[in-house]
Amino acid sequence: MAEKETKDLQVKEKQELATPAEQTRPGLVFTPAVDIFETEKALTVVADLPGVAKNDLNIDLDNNVLTIIGDVAPPEGSDEADVLREYRTGRYYRQFTLSDVINQSEIEASLTDGVLRLTLPKVEAAKPRKIPVTV
Amino acid sequence: MIIKRYFDTPTLWWRSPFEELDRMRRDLERAFEEFPRTWPGEVPRGVFPLTNITEDKNNFYLRAELPGIKAKGVEISITGNSISISGERMIAAEDEKVKYHRREREAGKFRRMIKLPHEIDTDKVEAKSTNGVLAVLLPKKEAAKPKQISVRVS
Repeated sequence: MAEKETKDLQVKEKQELATPAEQTRPGLVFTPAVDIFETEKALTVVADLPGVAKNDLNIDLDNNVLTIIGDVAPPEGSDEADVLREYRTGRYYRQFTLSDVINQSEIEASLTDGVLRLTLPKVEAAKPRKIPVTV
Repeated sequence: MIIKRYFDTPTLWWRSPFEELDRMRRDLERAFEEFPRTWPGEVPRGVFPLTNITEDKNNFYLRAELPGIKAKGVEISITGNSISISGERMIAAEDEKVKYHRREREAGKFRRMIKLPHEIDTDKVEAKSTNGVLAVLLPKKEAAKPKQISVRVS
């Protein structure tokens, strides 16, 4: 039997955040799907943020806590009436605690077609120093 | 002796008659937590991409979230009053040495067919993709547009 070339896309519902931390802003909050992977040199975060424009994306790294916030303005015009509604728009929010020390000055972020790719290079491990002891 | 045995035997119900009810309530709460939160009148459809369609007097507007899919990678075809969207979402393979912490993004083929309430003027359909959201403008056919008819009093 011939092997199927590509699998069908697994369906995933848009995840609404169950308990947004101290939400003071009106609107909906969603959890974006992410891939996180690590090499010896860097940590990479890839997140699906459909509808987020470059200027509405906020990435923050503070005390090893990485926060990604992306806002999506409703794209509908004012005189449009719903025919079919399967998804809502709002804010994307996700926070991670990083274990390694990140070289903050060399973080790279790119946003293409609603996918954020964030590369966080690790700080070079401190070289072992030999301390001579004098008697 | 009789008294002692009386208190030894099934004292469960006696100690807390509401214990069973409490347990049932907890089970129910857990069951509801597991259930995905949805909007009233909105059912989890198990389809991809999730699509919103709106209309005004002249057009239908279709929007779908397709993160990471270039406009070129989506095929849209329209016949009469139905629109079909298909394509494939590809996630480039990373270096083999990487260690994954999370892997939530899905790749694969998708295909969807949606029927619209009116016929579409297929020549004037426009589609574009911005920030991973596909937007298709579907102008209604002349015959489907609402017409204003003034009533004259004779």
